[in-house]
Amino acid sequence: MFEALFGRLTWDSIILVQEFEDPNLNTFITAGAAAMMPVGGALVVALLFWMKWWKPLFEWLTSVDHKKIGTMYIIFAVIMLFRGVVEGILMRVNQAVGLNGGFLSSDHFNQLFTTHGTNMIFFVAMPFLIGLINIVVPLQIGARDVAFPKLNQISLGLTAVGGFLIMISLLVGEFSTGGWTGYPSFTGRLINPGVGPDYYILSVGISGLGSTLTGVNFAVTIYKMRTAGMSFMRMPLFTWTALCTSILLIYAMPPLTACCLMLGLDRYLDFHFFTNDMGGNLMNFINLFWMFGHPEVYILILPAFGVMSEIAATFSGKRLYGYTGLVAATMCIAVLSFMVWLHHFFTMGQSTTVNAAFGIATLLIAIPTGVKIYDWLATLWGGRIRFTTPMLYLCGFFVLFALGGLSGVILASPALDYQLHNSLFLVAHFHNVIIPGVLFGVLAGIYYWFPKIYGFRLLDGYSRITAFLWAFGFILAFLPLYQVGMMGMTRRTVSYEDPALVPWLVVSGIGALFLGLAFTFVLLTLWRSVVHRKKLMVPFGDPWDGRTLEWWTPAPTPEWNFAVRPRVDSRDAFSEAKAKGTAYQPVEKYEDIEMPANTYYGLIIATLGSGLGFGLVWYMWWLAIICFLGCIVTVITYAFLPERKKIIPAAAVREIDEAWRRAAREGRGVTRDDECKQANQGLARPDLVINP
Amino acid sequence: MSARTGQSLHPGLNLGEEHGDDHLEAETSVFGFWVFMMSDLVTFGMFFAVFATTVPLACCPGPKELFDLGSIAWQTAFLLLSSVTSGMAVLTMKQEHGGRGACSKKLVFWLLVTALLGCAFLYREISDFISMAAAGGPPTRSGYLSALWSLVGLHGLHVTGGIIWCLVIVAGVLVRGVDRRWKLTLLRWAVFWHFLDVVWIFIFTFVFLGGLL
Repeated sequence: MFEALFGRLTWDSIILVQEFEDPNLNTFITAGAAAMMPVGGALVVALLFWMKWWKPLFEWLTSVDHKKIGTMYIIFAVIMLFRGVVEGILMRVNQAVGLNGGFLSSDHFNQLFTTHGTNMIFFVAMPFLIGLINIVVPLQIGARDVAFPKLNQISLGLTAVGGFLIMISLLVGEFSTGGWTGYPSFTGRLINPGVGPDYYILSVGISGLGSTLTGVNFAVTIYKMRTAGMSFMRMPLFTWTALCTSILLIYAMPPLTACCLMLGLDRYLDFHFFTNDMGGNLMNFINLFWMFGHPEVYILILPAFGVMSEIAATFSGKRLYGYTGLVAATMCIAVLSFMVWLHHFFTMGQSTTVNAAFGIATLLIAIPTGVKIYDWLATLWGGRIRFTTPMLYLCGFFVLFALGGLSGVILASPALDYQLHNSLFLVAHFHNVIIPGVLFGVLAGIYYWFPKIYGFRLLDGYSRITAFLWAFGFILAFLPLYQVGMMGMTRRTVSYEDPALVPWLVVSGIGALFLGLAFTFVLLTLWRSVVHRKKLMVPFGDPWDGRTLEWWTPAPTPEWNFAVRPRVDSRDAFSEAKAKGTAYQPVEKYEDIEMPANTYYGLIIATLGSGLGFGLVWYMWWLAIICFLGCIVTVITYAFLPERKKIIPAAAVREIDEAWRRAAREGRGVTRDDECKQANQGLARPDLVINP
Repeated sequence: MSARTGQSLHPGLNLGEEHGDDHLEAETSVFGFWVFMMSDLVTFGMFFAVFATTVPLACCPGPKELFDLGSIAWQTAFLLLSSVTSGMAVLTMKQEHGGRGACSKKLVFWLLVTALLGCAFLYREISDFISMAAAGGPPTRSGYLSALWSLVGLHGLHVTGGIIWCLVIVAGVLVRGVDRRWKLTLLRWAVFWHFLDVVWIFIFTFVFLGGLL
């Protein structure tokens, strides 16, 4: 009876119980992490009751507004980033003291690097970027919403299911020990019959489905929802990169879904896709995984490139240099990203010809990337440059990301790769592109667009300190790993015996602590800015003298984005309208605006999906079956329910929009000298005009 | 806007101008579904790729012992015919339901015929699976059999989903009439159904014929 109800879930599976049965440092750490789930949950519930926030919470969770959905993605990513950073610190510190054995057990360490990687890629980097894309893209193309608002909510729900599974694994059971790449046989049933790999397969697989749907949604949004006059070559560069990322999501996620399905069949139904015997071939998994995994790298970095392009143009007050080249380079990277997956396993045993072909294809990617860097540098040249926080990130990106790219060129050579494969050199390389590339891009983007959505800027001083801490922490934590890798230390090692490695790893451990401090400063910046928001308000909505459409609305942006959808006849349409003095002219005719109403669809799917995943992990078949059927019934039911819309009457839109336009026409605005001062209310006064 | 009513707005059969705004609304919806199908195609591609790398082991029965080409021919016939009847359903909608209130009997008839043919396909496919297992070829015996069963099974699951979807459309049309929502749903379902046909042609050619020749 117990088994039918709870499957293989027993009293001992709960991590907190393990701490009482076998108290030591490892179980203490895991119990601490596990305790954060119920304690954190209880605190959140208490806060919701205390502040009476239940209603607004459900208002948000049922919203189909792309700005709210984007915000929820980013909040989700920040929570997961907290876990990822803590895990990173634990591993770095363990290695710093890990000569002849650190304080972590090897099994615990294995789980740490697996969850750290899975977390950071699937539940930090992707939600961050998808969140930014959600918030910015519809505004940049002059749309009121995405093509499929309900589908957008479902995508968020499916991502949340993945997050739920990886978080609940802290409290109940364990996570995979096979690395974020989940290679069999580490994740095969023979070696690891426990729940860990099942958690991995389901969290990655289900959230991957959500990402596929996001890709479809944004590709269609960008293809079909652009405002009048916005041809492809007039789209802002962030939208271009979002389009390329969407295309990559559409074509690169299916291999992940497929290899998760196959691994699941191996584990649940005793199939032989990736087993060592009976005609299975585990290299198939590795090939499939990297057919997803390599484009994934560009799914992450392309939108960050897009952010950097917007920042370079805006904060130097110039039109983006080499727009066409940047678009072409982005497309080239997107196409090439599908042709290089094999460089992740040059040591598979294939012929040298194959290795050479993939090595050369990999080297080719450096060309469009180089084009991009030179274009950004040329954009800055002779511009009206302001060293705001995003520019600090951009400068850090120029130096550090280029370094990461160069180490990638080293790794692209098969001959060298045989030496460096699976060493910490590789770990240094991919952190060197992901932190200064993706993370800097995301943080710069959040600082840049924050005032647009929430109506106030982030505090400048705190943001600058945060930027320096990230850069400094990164340099300390990861540059030593290049050296350690070349000295022969392999990745994912819990302990080592060569004392020569110690000084490097100690520096790296200290760097990790700085990264922890940097994360704290992210939260601190947000908190202090919210406290001081009255002084940071930018109601006119254009704090940085922006060039693209998203700045052509009040801040915070109203639910309907644009009272009247703008007509575009050039690339930097808003910039030109400001130069001509026509940006805030009165509009003659307003129309009723029809917006999709809130719905519980995504929330229901997310709840049932969580139940389905949890049921499958623990062999609680009744739960899995009920939740699966529940999903189908939900989808069918919603197909019959009438489409609910809310109508915003023209009069209400007129009132808000006219007041904003009038105030903007009468206001004096600030020049770029006062950009980070209280006087900046989001109305830009032309000062030094630079012709492109 | 009115200039676009006569244009073909998305790949495949368009509703056309007599459907007015429904035709315009179909653009985003059907185009989005095409994009999704292209993604699904990659999933099938991955299963094909894995199948292509496996070889039958000496331990277990191979294609010659497992495949019943007669049954496969029947399945192919059912599925191809169902594609024709699904096309008839969509043509009926396009030609007869431009205005409101046309009788939906003919449309429902073609949909039910399609679902029935789909069921006939599934019946033969499942019988084949059962006899394959009985002949010593269950998916747990070798990598080749795993790849075979999951590729064909994945297609079978898609067909099952397609039949359920078809029946939901029948119910929707009967309950709510052929309104915009069900028109767009029908257009998407038709894309899905033809897609399954295309995938089956590849399975038929490479898995079954390729295995026997």
